[in-house]
Amino acid sequence: MAVLEILTYPDERLRQVSEPVEQFDGTLQARIDELEETRLAGPGAVGIAAPQVGWFQRVLIVDVSGRKKTTSHGHLILVNPEITEWDGFVMGREGCLSVPDYTGNVVRAERIHLDACDREGNTLSFEMEGFEARAIQHEMDHLDGLLFLDRLVSRRQDLFQRKVYT
Amino acid sequence: MSNWYMLTLVGKDQPGIVARVTTALFEAGCNLGETSMIRLGDNFTVMMMVQGGEGEDSLRTALQPVIDSLQLVLHVDPIEAGLHQRPVPNVCILVHGADRAGIVAQVTSKAAEAGLNILDLESDVGGTEASPIYILQIEGVASEGVEAVEKALAPLQVDGVKVDVRPIETMIG
Repeated sequence: MAVLEILTYPDERLRQVSEPVEQFDGTLQARIDELEETRLAGPGAVGIAAPQVGWFQRVLIVDVSGRKKTTSHGHLILVNPEITEWDGFVMGREGCLSVPDYTGNVVRAERIHLDACDREGNTLSFEMEGFEARAIQHEMDHLDGLLFLDRLVSRRQDLFQRKVYT
Repeated sequence: MSNWYMLTLVGKDQPGIVARVTTALFEAGCNLGETSMIRLGDNFTVMMMVQGGEGEDSLRTALQPVIDSLQLVLHVDPIEAGLHQRPVPNVCILVHGADRAGIVAQVTSKAAEAGLNILDLESDVGGTEASPIYILQIEGVASEGVEAVEKALAPLQVDGVKVDVRPIETMIG
């Protein structure tokens, strides 16, 4: 295992759209382990996506279980994730291992329904909300070549955005 | 190269201030760092980090035609840049109420005593001339915790000012 180099903006490779995983083999397992080791070596990241280390397949890791008062499904390794439902929206602050020394406000869905595979290829399904849902949406953007910088909203507005009921 | 200056420019608001000031600096071989530019009342205010040029006199010379033409006031100070070490805010404070003298002083004094370091503060006067309202928004680092700031500011509520203190939770992914 090894801590991998994190690609940082404006590296063009972060713009690449990642391919679905088709083989749940030993190579995949090894790469997932390296991805996790790299996440843990970074400064307090609750998530990481494969393209951040130059691996362009649809794999991400999210773990918000270390946070107080946060709804969580624990440590998640997600392969070929897909959000199938969105509900509500909320603004929050985000930062990124691939964008050092900057944080900004981004609007995300408040609740999502997520389908994915685990590292063995078994299907998973989650209802997620809040901080965990935000982390998933941030990481899934990486799989499509997007960064939170692409979704910044002004820091001078909507500091206290009201809940929106639909 | 570390010759950084903080430039402050103030003048009556009019179209083209930013374009003309920054073009003059660019043409003089300068590089901009972080800036804050905003309209306050009918005035446009610019604070910007500027690197390069050949010292303070050359910056003034480069800007003089624009300053004369747009009637701006310029102030220049040498600074240390200190970039790439940005603190992450963990609290935001929203205050609003009928405008009266002392709101900012009271809120920030109590918050400072409770460990707040302000990173960003903006305040606006809204409402009508007859009945003005004051809106104050602050982001900062609460070194003794968000609850300490919340507790310190709670007594201000009784003075007819609405104070809202909330944590900023930054998701790093």
